[in-house]
Parts: sequence; C-alpha cells; structure tokens
Amino acid sequence: MAESAKTALLDLPKGTPDFSGWSCPLPLVGYPTIVMGHGGGGKLGNELVEHMFLPAFRNPALENLGDAAVLDLLNGRLAMSTDSFVVQPLFFPGGSIGELAVNGTVNDLAVSGAEPKFLSAGFILEEGFPLAQLAAIVQAMANAAHTAGVQIVTGDTKVVERGHGDGCYINTAGIGVLRPGIRLGPNRAKPGDAILVSGTIGDHGMAIMSVREGLEFESQIRSDCVALNGMIAEVLDAAGASVHAMRDPTRGGLASTLNEIAQASGVGIVIDEASLPVRVEVQSACELLGLDPVYVANEGKAVFFVVPEAAEKVLAVLRAHPLGREAARIGQVTAEHPKMLVARTAMGANRVIAQQIGEQLPRIC
Amino acid sequence: MKYLTEFRNGEIAQRMAREIRVITTRPWKIMEVCGGQTHSIIKNGIDQMLPSEIEMIHGPGCPVCVTPLELIDKALAIAAQPGVIFCSFGDMLRVPGTDADLFQIKGAGGDVRVVYSPLDAVDLAMKNPEKQVVFFGVGFETTAPANAMSVHVAKRRGLKNFSLLVSHVLVPPAIEAIMGSPGNKVQGFLLAGHVCSVMGYWEYPPLAAKYGIPLVVTGFEPLDLLDGIRRAVVQLEAGRHEVENAYERIVTFDGNRAAQKLLAEVFEVTDRAWRGIGVIPNSGWRLSAAYRAFDAEDRFQISGIHTQESPLCRAGDVLRGAIKPAECSAFGKECTPRHPLGATMVSSEGACAAYFNYGRFLSIEELAGAGTGLTGVVHG
Repeated sequence: MAESAKTALLDLPKGTPDFSGWSCPLPLVGYPTIVMGHGGGGKLGNELVEHMFLPAFRNPALENLGDAAVLDLLNGRLAMSTDSFVVQPLFFPGGSIGELAVNGTVNDLAVSGAEPKFLSAGFILEEGFPLAQLAAIVQAMANAAHTAGVQIVTGDTKVVERGHGDGCYINTAGIGVLRPGIRLGPNRAKPGDAILVSGTIGDHGMAIMSVREGLEFESQIRSDCVALNGMIAEVLDAAGASVHAMRDPTRGGLASTLNEIAQASGVGIVIDEASLPVRVEVQSACELLGLDPVYVANEGKAVFFVVPEAAEKVLAVLRAHPLGREAARIGQVTAEHPKMLVARTAMGANRVIAQQIGEQLPRIC
Repeated sequence: MKYLTEFRNGEIAQRMAREIRVITTRPWKIMEVCGGQTHSIIKNGIDQMLPSEIEMIHGPGCPVCVTPLELIDKALAIAAQPGVIFCSFGDMLRVPGTDADLFQIKGAGGDVRVVYSPLDAVDLAMKNPEKQVVFFGVGFETTAPANAMSVHVAKRRGLKNFSLLVSHVLVPPAIEAIMGSPGNKVQGFLLAGHVCSVMGYWEYPPLAAKYGIPLVVTGFEPLDLLDGIRRAVVQLEAGRHEVENAYERIVTFDGNRAAQKLLAEVFEVTDRAWRGIGVIPNSGWRLSAAYRAFDAEDRFQISGIHTQESPLCRAGDVLRGAIKPAECSAFGKECTPRHPLGATMVSSEGACAAYFNYGRFLSIEELAGAGTGLTGVVHG
C-alpha cells in the first residue's frame, strides 16, 4: 500500500499541493485508487466513509451515518443553495476542487444575506482516481469548512467507469439562516447606489488558465478561493440596511455579475476602468492571452451595491478585514441606459461591456 | 505595467488628439490594417477622439475573418475524424463553417483542443503517437514563425503524426488588392506593428511610391494608434507618401531576419482565397516542397465540401472597408455574437464583433446620459 501510494503521488498533476504529510488513519484494504466497488454500497464504500470522510468531516449529525442528516430546527428564514464543481485541473495554484466546493456554496449563501450552517457533499469519482488525491481533496474540504464555520453533515459517493468522468466531480448543497431585517436581491439596485468590490479581480480564472493543458505559462498567480461569510457578516453588522445587493462574481467575472444586476434591477451601471483593482500579474497574463479581466472568474470576491451615503463606511469595513484590503469603489448605478453596463475608459471615452457569449477564448495574435 | 501603462495615459492621449485636430484641414480616410488595432480603437474610443474629418476604415487584418469558408469546413471534417487531435488557437473555435463550428464538433465527440503555441501541438503529437495531431495554422506574418517552427521541429524529430492545416495570408498583397479595387476610398494606411516586427518594413516603400499613399508602422496601445494617425495625417496634409515607423520600440527596417529565413525555408508564396474578398494572387503562404509531407490537406484528402455563405452577411464589404459594420442590414438583428452569420462577428479581432461588443450600435446620445458622469466625455 505504502509503495503504491507513493507511486500515485509521483504522478500528480502540476499545481498539486504537497500532501505527502497526509497519512491514512487506517489502511484502505489495499487499493491505491478508486475501483468500481467504492461506489457499490458495500464494504469498500463503507471503508471510504469510515476512514476518509468521517475522520475529516466529523460532527454529530454526520456521525449517525443515517440515510439523512438530522438537524435541530434553525430559527428564522432559511436560504438554500447548490453548486456542482467540475474544475480542471483538480489542483491549481492557491487551492483545489475541495476548497472550491465548500467555499462556492458558502459564498452563494453569504451573498444572499444568510449565515451558512450545513453542507452536503456528493462525490462522483472516476475509476482509477488515486485515493491519495481524494484524501487531499477531502482534507481541503474539511479545512475550508472549518474556516467557514460550517458542518458537512451528509454525503454520497458514486463511481463511474474509467473514461466516463474527469477524476472527481463534487456537488455541494448548503443551508443557511437569513439575517433578520436584511433585504437583498439582484433586483434591488437603485440609481445612485455606489458599487464596491472587495479586492482584485480575475485571480482565480488566470490561476486556472496558467496550469491548464495547452495554455500553461509561468506565473505567480494564485486562486483567490476563500469563504467570504466572515467579511460579509462584518459589512452587514456595520451597514446591513444600506446594502441593496451583493454577489460573488464567479464564472463570467465581474462583467457578468454587473450585467445581471443591471438587467434584474432595470438600471444602468457605470464603472471607471481605472478604478478596477487588478493584479499586475493578472493584467499581464490577460494582455498575453487577449483576455479582459472583467470577464475572468473570481472565487473569493464580493460586489456590493450600497446607498451612496454608506459607501465610505462599507469600504472602511472591507479594508479593515484581511480579505478586503484591496477593496475599491468602482462605479455607480444610474437611471440612464437601463440594463446596460458602461465603462469609462482611461482615454475618457465610454464603452459598453456586454454579456459574454460562452467563455472567453485566447486570441490568435 | 512596463511598456503598456505608459502608452495608455489618458491626458497625453487627449493632448495628441488635440494636436491631430489642429493639423487636420481636410477629410482623410485612413485604414488600420490589423484587427487588433480595430479593437483597440473601438475599445478605447480613439475614433471618438478624432476630428470628424478623419474616418478610420477597418481593414481585412483579422486572420480568423479572412480564413476561407472552405478551409473551415475542411478543418471541421478533419476534427470530426476518429483518431485525430485537432488543435487550434482559441478564437477559431466559434467561427461558423457551413453547417457547424469547432465547438459543435467537440460536443459531438471530436477531440478539439485550444493551444496557445503550435509547439504545444507538436508536444501533443509526441505524447500521443497513436493519434494524428493537426494544428490549424492561420494568420498573417505574425503567427507564421511559430507555425513554421512547429513543422520544422516536427520534421527534425521525425514525427509522422503531426500536420499543419495552413491558411497563411500576407499584408502587402492585401494592400495592393484594396488600392486596386474600384471605388477604393483609402488614402493612407496604419501598418500592423506585429507583422512588421517579424517582416520589418522593407516590403512597403514600393507600395507607397506606386499608389502615392503614406504607410505608418503602428502599435496597438492608444498612444501608439494616435501617434500613427497623427503621422499619417501630417503626411497627407503635406502631400507626402512615405513609409514611416511609429513603433520604433519594437520594429526595425529589417525585421527579424532569423524568422524570415525560417519562413522562406518552410513556406512558399501561393494564391489565397480571402473570405468575403475572393482570391488575391500571391497573397499567402503554403508549405514548401521540403515540408509538404506535413500538409494536413494532403494527408486527409477531404473532398465533397460544398460551402454556403449566408446571403445576408456583408463581411466582405466590411473587410474591404466599403461599409461600416452597423451599415449591414443584418448587424445586431439576424447577426450577433451569439448567432454570427460571418466570421467578422465572431473573432475577438473582427470589426463587427468590436462594434457589437463595445456598444457601437447605440447612438452617442443613448450612451451619454446626463448626471451619470458620462456627459461630455464621449467626444473628448
């Protein structure tokens, strides 16, 4: 077992974090990789649960290992969200599919104004997937859940034949408790609202791009994947009633999020291109590939639409938080050009930033 | 960012635009050859900063746009074959062929991959000896050295499973075709800086003399473009017609001689069909006899291709500079980036896509709303 696990470790893809220190609490009946039996509901599957998932995620609701997690009644209104994660490569600079799966759902709840409480985790694993990699992913999920203050209370594992999956897919669903007195929604942005972003844009997408087969380039760019619920809670504590809308601009980037809010609220949005926080490395990589950072994905940023009087206060709260040091005021909501996002360029001209069709494609020259 | 931010300074740009307004006394029509320049002009609003006498005409320098439909259909047919890994630059994937695009071929099971360098495709061929790896080698002189290097390396390594589907086109014959076409309006050109970084600009003085036009080697950042336009206007106003280099930090008269030597070895000049324009004599490159064994068209022998362009699409008129994108009746209606009728609406360098994505289907009045911080900035 030790020998084959070592072999598996040597084959890890670029960007894989060093988890050589990870040790399996008990031997897993000798298989270094996922086999069909791990999803068969028999002994192998049980071993996976008992020796990998349970030790990593341990909490009272999960420990019962029933068909459903039994939870105490939560007070107030509930928010529920689900997301599936199919990222490639599974390990990338700054994180893995494990952190993404937890933080993605935590952030969807947080930007809805809810305090995330419980998650489910469903794994679809491909036959032949190295157990050492699964262990690293599970450990990353456990750490991310711990950091975000949520519990993974139920889960499922299925195995598909080799060639029918991409190593590991994860679905998470989450439940959170809505804060009382908060009224948020993508349709609630009002003309005059100030628009704030909690930090640099495009980090996650370019980190993934830098290690994707066919496009690899040397860079120091790391994914910004992180749980935002702590920072968002501080904003809502300080100025909850002043926040009209919040979003985490993931796929499609800041441009898609702002376009969605402009459309849902029937308002226009103006941003100042020069005010957008973008890391030099990210900007350089975007220039190289012909991409626009406003369309590149983030996994640890939030956008806030706040009444103008509260903008400076919220900005100060964000900048005082470790995750929001580079927060910036990037634009405002207007009654003009409804449902349209317009950027003022550094040249002093205006351009429309349209909704992206599919994903951005690296250009020819 | 060194060498970028310095060339995006809004204040200097306004100053240069004022200077252009001062020196301009008559109407001039200037064509930027390269699609990358078109996008930079529209994205940064350079055209809005110019005096109304100066009209920028968008040229045919978008490799994705001028690649003939027949070759795209051939690419689709090759990519759909089992045992083939078809590699391409990203923006070719969404270009519509007669019935499909490469994304659809990928969705139907074709192994289509985006690579950033053709050498990555050679590596794929090394790693997958049981597969045929094909690289879609399109572009102007800019992308040609890397494409040439890929077959050069493949030959040196003795690879039997790598080939290039080539559709290279050249700038000087395109300028001749535009200047020679009836009804031509273009009076001066901004030459594509990156093409000249490879080829130098020794090819252009005969064109300046033959047609009596100024040709200015120009970069891609806002200040580069304004400087190129300014120099072209200075020449036009003075009645001069010379080749001038406004991109001296990159381009030399000779260009990259090592690259030119490789190109001369790997490619030979041939007639090429330009999508939307037609066949231009001696306007492209194909693999030379020494490298013909790596030609994907020979290797795959695709026949029975019947191409059909959309009857509504006027990409050819756009590429020749005869009309602006929004003057096409299908623009923004039947033809959008989501449902493109022609390649100019697809590519990140296509003029139609630039006009659509940056909102040029709207009037200035629609964009410049009062009280939004927008008022009065549109015209600089």
